[in-house]
Amino acid sequence: MNFDDTPQEAAFRAEARAWIAANAPKQYEDELRASSLGRTALKNANILEVAKAWQKKKADAGWACLHWPKEYGGRGASPIERVIWQQEEGPFGKLSAMFIIGHGMCGPTVMAYASEEHKRQYLPPLASGEKVWCQLFSEPAGGSDVAGLRTRAEKRGDEWVINGQKIWTSGAHYSDYGILLTRTDPTVPKHKGLTMFFLDMKSPGVEVRPIKQASGHSDFNEVYFTDVVIPDSQRLGAVNDGWNVALTTLMNERMSIGAGVATGFPELFDFCSNLVLDDRPAIEDRNVRSKLANWAVKASGLKYTSMRAISALSKGERPGPENSIGKLVAGSMVQDVASYALDLQGAAGVLSGPEADVAGKFQAMLLRAPGTRVEGGTDEIMRNIIAERVLGLPGDIRVDKDLPFNQVPTKGRA
Amino acid sequence: MNFDFSDDQKQLRDQARKFLAEKCPPKAVRVVLDGKETYDRALWKGFAEMGFLGVAIPEEYGGAGAGHLELCVIAEEVGRALAPVPFSSTVYLAAEALMLAGSDAQKQTWLPKIASGETIGTLALFEGTGNPSPKAIKLAAANGVLNGTKKPVADGAIADLIIVAARTASTGRDSDISLFLVDAKAGGVEAKALTNLDPTRGQAELTFTNCKAEPLGTAGEGWSIISQVLDRAAVLTAFEQVGGSDRALEMGRDYALDRIAFGRPIGSFQAVKHMLADMYVSATLARSNAYYGAWALSTNAPELPEAAASARISATQAYQHCGKNNIQVHGGMGFTWEFDCHMYYRRANALALGLGSLSYWEDQLIDRMRKRNAA
Repeated sequence: MNFDDTPQEAAFRAEARAWIAANAPKQYEDELRASSLGRTALKNANILEVAKAWQKKKADAGWACLHWPKEYGGRGASPIERVIWQQEEGPFGKLSAMFIIGHGMCGPTVMAYASEEHKRQYLPPLASGEKVWCQLFSEPAGGSDVAGLRTRAEKRGDEWVINGQKIWTSGAHYSDYGILLTRTDPTVPKHKGLTMFFLDMKSPGVEVRPIKQASGHSDFNEVYFTDVVIPDSQRLGAVNDGWNVALTTLMNERMSIGAGVATGFPELFDFCSNLVLDDRPAIEDRNVRSKLANWAVKASGLKYTSMRAISALSKGERPGPENSIGKLVAGSMVQDVASYALDLQGAAGVLSGPEADVAGKFQAMLLRAPGTRVEGGTDEIMRNIIAERVLGLPGDIRVDKDLPFNQVPTKGRA
Repeated sequence: MNFDFSDDQKQLRDQARKFLAEKCPPKAVRVVLDGKETYDRALWKGFAEMGFLGVAIPEEYGGAGAGHLELCVIAEEVGRALAPVPFSSTVYLAAEALMLAGSDAQKQTWLPKIASGETIGTLALFEGTGNPSPKAIKLAAANGVLNGTKKPVADGAIADLIIVAARTASTGRDSDISLFLVDAKAGGVEAKALTNLDPTRGQAELTFTNCKAEPLGTAGEGWSIISQVLDRAAVLTAFEQVGGSDRALEMGRDYALDRIAFGRPIGSFQAVKHMLADMYVSATLARSNAYYGAWALSTNAPELPEAAASARISATQAYQHCGKNNIQVHGGMGFTWEFDCHMYYRRANALALGLGSLSYWEDQLIDRMRKRNAA
């Protein structure tokens, strides 16, 4: 048992480290490091521009989308090399946030289902960040129940005409392309009448409206489709086989094991070390220590769970299911940590702004946390996944499974 | 990076699991639970024959000279099977204290007998209510004899070798405490078995009356040695707790798959599924923290005190969580003596106390993290 690199891993790490040292945008390093939770933003620069420039630089030197084949803009690297890169990229990896969906979900789907010509055309600029992609799955009628979506695609000659609405689309407002899951046959059960496409987000009839979130920020959007035309050549997979295509997308959700998940613990530990309560550091208070210890072991448990997954990759094995706990644990932990840090400040915890930047930091955490517990699979969906795929418990009884989609009830009490 | 046990170590774990499945089924545990035996003698002999008792003891002292990682995988299986033998007190406490502080002669005398199963050992630390602390130690050592009382002492009524924490000065400093080694057969110590939460593991009160004792380690170093022993035992016990957590989770999962109510397996209800998913989360966090403890223990890393406290807290929480929710999943049947759930529940809650309470270890963890941050 050890934490050491193999000689090949060490060589790869040294090469990555040297390249990053020589090329990373160091002027932003401190700011990126400090913005560990909530939102990554830069005071004197447009983060999207900085992110795109860094991605392009990486791509030109062969450090973008490391695990993709070279012909599609990647490096053909092994899973462990990808993890090592993420470790070495450190705070600069936060600049990849705007590419996560494109690189982690859209790219692999295009790679699996698009024509060779399209792959060579679309994947390299996706890898280099010159083109940004988004994923258009969720709808007002289908969040956790993605297959309940209602956006229609109707065939007209060699084209499809799209009408409907998507929601919670991250980055749609700066995306060039998107992968789009639609309903092509409402007369069959819900999973059997879906079809996947990719489209140009500048197509006529596409309208992106930012959603103002509970945090006050706007990272997500509603996207409306009114008679949007997509050529049949941009269909991914067979007609009515979109559910299987979507599963490919969802299985490729970003492997975050190299980067680690944010828990808020280091921030809280620092805060409690510096805060004075009853004339002594808060961390000397019995209650504070007990709370801290409980969160400390969650944070370390997640850290070493990642290390176990990385070790599996290093040996060329598939990581076990244990990594699935990360988001579930970290999501509610951040929320609790933030709330506790405010509680320790008493009434002053409500203040924010330049004179209360510490409280403000934890408030940002508090306000972002509900989103983390919902996006990319709610806590409840994550528990279902663990229960069903890891523990082998039965799936839910699905009353709409065999009903034609157009006979599925659409309203509750109303 | 290879933050995992080696193939050989995993093989040893499988071997231990197979051995325990055969020699230590729940009905064997129940013989001790029901008070018919103080511990499972045949199983203890089997442990010696399998080499489990001396796995971390150097070859020159009659052990296998493998190491602590090997001991960790065996501990996990001991916990999973609820083995009713004095393994932890003999191996994690007595043998570790001897290896840390014993003279060559003391090691030559005792370690081979521990490895062969001839000697049961324990550490006599506590004196009534409270957590590990030098201040709590009143038992006095003077002129080579001990006077005072220790309780609870794990496996104290069956121990041949007792390592005793005693007061040798009263300056208020840690150096007031020294360790002594007592041969229980030599007289001067009286053992009284005490009833306890988990009858599959004995507890006793030991009264020392002018009991002859030889020093173990340097005089005044007792507390430092005890701290190190407790850290090592915390990691090893964490593996027992992880093994128990996994077994409790499996029992709950299996019951949820088999039990039909309202016309469907109860494991198809989200209220039950989510409870089991949360148990899996706890058990996974505990396992990962325990692995870090194992790494620190096996490399004698400076991180050991912090890693041990993390492993201890995480494993204690996980086992208590899995132990109680396993009963909840079983419903009324889980609350019967006949079903095995309560044996895990009892063991989970007893292990949570044996080396000091959860709040004690929480306090330790924060102290140790602060020390690291300050350094």
